[in-house]
Amino acid sequence: MSAGGRTAALELVGVDKRFPGVHALKNVSLEVRPGEVVGLIGENGAGKSTLMKILSGVYQPDGGEIRHDGRKVVLRSPIDAAATGIGMVHQEQSLLTNLTVAENIWLGKEKPFLKGRLIDHKAMAAAARRQLEKVQIDIDPTVVTEKLSFAQRQMVELAKVLTLEEEIEGHLVIMLDEPTSVLEQAEIDILFARVRALRDRASFVFVSHRLDEILDLSDRVYVMKDGAVVAEMPSADADTEKLHSLMVGRSRNAEYYKENRQKPYRPEVVMAASGLTLAGAYEGVDFELHAGEVLGIAGVIGSGREELARTLGGLAPATGGTLTVFGRPARLATPGEAVSLGIGYVPRERRVEGIVGFLPVVANITLGNLRAVTRGGLIDHAKERTTAETWVKRLAIKTPTIRTLVMNLSGGNQQKVVLAKWINAGAKIIVLDHPTRGLDVGAKEEVYELVRSITAEGVAVILTSDTLEETIGLSHRIIVMKDKRVTERFEAMPGGKPDQLDLIRHMV
Amino acid sequence: MAASAIRLPPASRIERLRAFTPVIVLVVVFAVIGAIAPAFLSIDNLVRIMNASAIPLCLALGATFIILMGSIDLSVEGVVAMGAVLTALLVQNGANANDLGFLAIPLVLLMGAAFGFVNGVVHVKLQIPSFMVTLGMSFIAIGIATVMLAGERVRITDTTFRELALGRVLGIPMGVWVALAATLVAYVIQTRTRLGRWIFAVGGGEDILRLTSVPVGRVRILAFTLAGVFYGLGGILSAAQLGQGHALMGQGRLFTTITAVVVGGTSLMGGQGGVQNTLVGVLIVVGLANGMVLMGVPPYVQTGVQGVLIIAAVALAVDRSRARIIK
Repeated sequence: MSAGGRTAALELVGVDKRFPGVHALKNVSLEVRPGEVVGLIGENGAGKSTLMKILSGVYQPDGGEIRHDGRKVVLRSPIDAAATGIGMVHQEQSLLTNLTVAENIWLGKEKPFLKGRLIDHKAMAAAARRQLEKVQIDIDPTVVTEKLSFAQRQMVELAKVLTLEEEIEGHLVIMLDEPTSVLEQAEIDILFARVRALRDRASFVFVSHRLDEILDLSDRVYVMKDGAVVAEMPSADADTEKLHSLMVGRSRNAEYYKENRQKPYRPEVVMAASGLTLAGAYEGVDFELHAGEVLGIAGVIGSGREELARTLGGLAPATGGTLTVFGRPARLATPGEAVSLGIGYVPRERRVEGIVGFLPVVANITLGNLRAVTRGGLIDHAKERTTAETWVKRLAIKTPTIRTLVMNLSGGNQQKVVLAKWINAGAKIIVLDHPTRGLDVGAKEEVYELVRSITAEGVAVILTSDTLEETIGLSHRIIVMKDKRVTERFEAMPGGKPDQLDLIRHMV
Repeated sequence: MAASAIRLPPASRIERLRAFTPVIVLVVVFAVIGAIAPAFLSIDNLVRIMNASAIPLCLALGATFIILMGSIDLSVEGVVAMGAVLTALLVQNGANANDLGFLAIPLVLLMGAAFGFVNGVVHVKLQIPSFMVTLGMSFIAIGIATVMLAGERVRITDTTFRELALGRVLGIPMGVWVALAATLVAYVIQTRTRLGRWIFAVGGGEDILRLTSVPVGRVRILAFTLAGVFYGLGGILSAAQLGQGHALMGQGRLFTTITAVVVGGTSLMGGQGGVQNTLVGVLIVVGLANGMVLMGVPPYVQTGVQGVLIIAAVALAVDRSRARIIK
């Protein structure tokens, strides 16, 4: 499907990819024309990362094919992809901070600079300087990368990818994976100017959460949802609201979110914020959280909701306003303080922060409150077992025995173990930071059941979620944030749940 | 044009000072000891310090490459003993009829390379942590050396060969010149070859290298091999200096080696430091040991001071603002 008689620089035809329990990419086709900037958007879990990994040779597709300049190619590894002409500017930067800029640019490609067995540093630096000129940045290539700012390093990454130009035949395609997430506006402007200037040298695939940036930089936009491309349009025909509804638009299934089990929350207020502010992140946030309530926080990246959730977990202390927990003022300066006040924070990186994978279920559950099962300085194993078994039953944790190592459980059940640990430790407020990220459909459902179970017992939940659908389905009430402020509040009891478009209107 | 918006931040003064800390420590150590015991700074004594530094320097050069990768090499004592025994048996000696003279040198270096190569291959291919592999190899080497001599020691009767350590040029022992030449070679490898570059890269972030064509496994194996050559050289110098070879000749060398590298400022996390640091580190460690003798510090206390030194050096070097989990 070449456009206007020209062969696409890069083309995906019917690419399919499955992981156990997840159909990550469903018959995805897209093309990138020479000199074009293509935007790629989608919610978390829509398949963007999988697609990027297939294009950079990390994953192999199960079906379909990839064509570069009209020829079918197989990308077995990142090195293979680069040799074909598909380069990647990584979100987590791929420069070694202890080497100089020139050394980084030519890492693994030192051969042309060898004189005998020794490296000619002058020639290497001069060649690096030529690469840096392509992105018009004035950096001394002999400087150690550590000394560069994040924005400068990104430019070096771009220069490094552009070295492929001289090594490949045909068109160069560069993938930019969330390149702006840590840049200041002035730095973003520079990056965009460079990308535009480089269009006669390469095509770009630009992945971002920020729809305004996508519209600003891209010629065309692809929208992905649930592993499939659901829309493709010229940027000129799109606006942020349209794109956002395409990304999220699907009918909510009340049964999926166990809405029949959603009970009204109790009158007692467990946590209240008034004028809560974290400089640079959010301002003047007010809310009340009741026992047994799920309070959803909706907003796009940069709205301040991520930081708000972290504040409530004790990870990012607020700089202004007041916060009360169970009627008493609290600062939540450390996670330890949050825990002692009865707040449990369930991080999105469950494997990293939430569980100890090589310990059994029982040890994980009692980890937060070992004192309760300790007698005379020694752990009472019988008591510990009883405690763990109670939780396994109450939260329906699917595990062969309580001796099973947590790393062998499914994602949803790991999440249950994390929650059991917190509630066993006396947590009455749970902050769920993207609780279903990376989980398959079945595991998600288990998490939803879990939310219903713990709120029925009076535990209050603060929820930030990957999808609006999930926020609406689970929450009793929703606060919507935009540009660091709360822009609207919704009641979301069963039968009276707001529409996604209602929320989006206040988000973008 | 707009590039001005992303200029270099100037390096802070402290940051620049940090790189020179080992040199400052060296100067302070020498000045303080010199003030207490003036004989310390006499020409004779300085030559003595240089002479005592020759072997530790050769060993520490090898270990530098390993520590730069963030790994550790504990095979020093074994390979040194093996090198000394093999040297003694190959030159004219009191146990057999061999008389290879200086031809023994390449053979012993080859032996060192072989041990290092095995270290590297086992470490990389079987994915065993470097400290475990090299510790085991050290005992294997000592075991072989013991068996070769049936627990005895062998005297070197080749006086020309012993000139390698004892002869003097410009009043400085030959061993010192050999060690300096080794330092130069190590420095060129470090700064001018692909292997040197890649060793820094491995230490700086091995995970990132998967995205490049740097052959990480091969770099590791080559680095261990290179280190083995330097330990072999240390063994040759030991044999020439003492005029004999036996299986315990490496004793006490490991701790000095690692201390010197670390005190010199090469990071145990890898990626930072180098041969130039090691040169300074060796002078600090050997100078301090020599000074303590001159000042009449009891031997047991001297050992303790070395222990304090290595912990202090690491404590000063660790950037705790970025510290993650330490095991």
